[in-house]
Amino acid sequence: MTIDKEISPADSRVGVAPSDAADADGPASAVPGPASPIEFRLDSGSGVPTYLQLVQQVEHALRLGYLKPGDQLPKVRDVVASLAINPNTVLKAYRELETKGLAAGRPGQGTFIQATLNHVALPELTELRRSLLGWLATADATGLDEDGMVALFTSALRGFRERRGAASGDSESVA
Amino acid sequence: MNVIEAIGLGKRYGSTWALRGCALAIPAGHVAALVGPNGAGKTTLLNLAVGLTAPTEGMVTVFDGWPAGSPAALDGIAFVAQDAPLYRNLSVADMLHLTRNLNRRFDQGYAEARLGQLGIPMGRRAGNLSGGQQAQLALTLALARRPRLLVLDEPMAMLDPLARHDFMAAVMAAVADGGVSVVLSSHVLAELERVADYLVLITSGSVQVAGEVDDLLACHRVLTGPAAEAGSYAQRLDVVNARRGGAQVHLLVRTNGRSGSAPPGWEEHPVSLEELALAYLREPGAAALPGPSRARAVEPAEVTNWQR
Repeated sequence: MTIDKEISPADSRVGVAPSDAADADGPASAVPGPASPIEFRLDSGSGVPTYLQLVQQVEHALRLGYLKPGDQLPKVRDVVASLAINPNTVLKAYRELETKGLAAGRPGQGTFIQATLNHVALPELTELRRSLLGWLATADATGLDEDGMVALFTSALRGFRERRGAASGDSESVA
Repeated sequence: MNVIEAIGLGKRYGSTWALRGCALAIPAGHVAALVGPNGAGKTTLLNLAVGLTAPTEGMVTVFDGWPAGSPAALDGIAFVAQDAPLYRNLSVADMLHLTRNLNRRFDQGYAEARLGQLGIPMGRRAGNLSGGQQAQLALTLALARRPRLLVLDEPMAMLDPLARHDFMAAVMAAVADGGVSVVLSSHVLAELERVADYLVLITSGSVQVAGEVDDLLACHRVLTGPAAEAGSYAQRLDVVNARRGGAQVHLLVRTNGRSGSAPPGWEEHPVSLEELALAYLREPGAAALPGPSRARAVEPAEVTNWQR
């Protein structure tokens, strides 16, 4: 397979540098040198595709301030060696982050955070919350209990995400 | 380029066909998972591909046309058989020495560095290593040959969870380093989900499903709805497998890219690799195979009809 720019030349193929294979040792081995501020984890029971979990964790870290513009994301090889996942999965996640304008690849260096997430302004959040409360009241009046509301919301959200994913998914087929 | 290509491949042991009419083309650059029940023919197919056994009929080639087992083919393939066979009485250093002398290409520096990082002592007898260390040693010997294709037959069957993880992490790191395609067999679906990007499903001696995981997942959905309506939709949709309760039914269907086609009152879910594989394994008559452009000699087999 061809791995693109995100793997720096120092990491690739010939003459395995000592630090490289040390990472293959597993998650316990510390990553030497300038590490990314974040470390990915996987929840295999969540049902969320692996690449999407990585995307969401970056977004989450951006929202919480663990990541800021200029920070480097974990190198593909390091992610692969610590999570035992297919490199294509990591590449797909990073491409998605690039498409969203959140990250950018720098040839030979890796992928770096480029933007912060647009924060929704407080008045808008308040308005969204008000309309959600209205919906909850309606659902309650219909006789739906809390679990029912959660199930309905989750189902609608999944459908929404899927349609949006299907719309954007076609444009990013593997090169 | 196809790393493995089979046409009308069959292997008979005595009066029993372990594999029959097998047509397959696994493109390079993938981590391909060979999945199927015990006795489906996974090991037979791999043994044929690496040239350990000769076909009864048909043929199998590697790297676009080299007959399996020919010197050019063997040079590019590294194979780790089930339970990582090593000479138990040889030391690790002797295993390296032996492998180096039996192969045209062997990266001694890489092998020593990697074993050092894994903390595997060179003087220890292979038989005295832990199961995880033996698997890592076998993998190191295979990777040090710098293969273009790494074939692993049930590589993790004997390993504990941590050793499994570390083994697979090492394989994935080798893939990230570039230049090596991987074909591995397993019947543990859950552990393939994270690593495989190409799926080959084998049941009772022939290939039932083959394709890129993303493509396969994209063109299958689970539709959940009222059981009473299932019959009418089953005729319009490619239903692979149905699981029904009294009122509710889950249909695993081939949508062929048409998403959002759920009828009113039905819910559409994406499928996981495990769900998809199980559905096909439960319906040995159903098949999802690439068209002739991807695998020549594969008839454009479409999903066999489901009616029940």
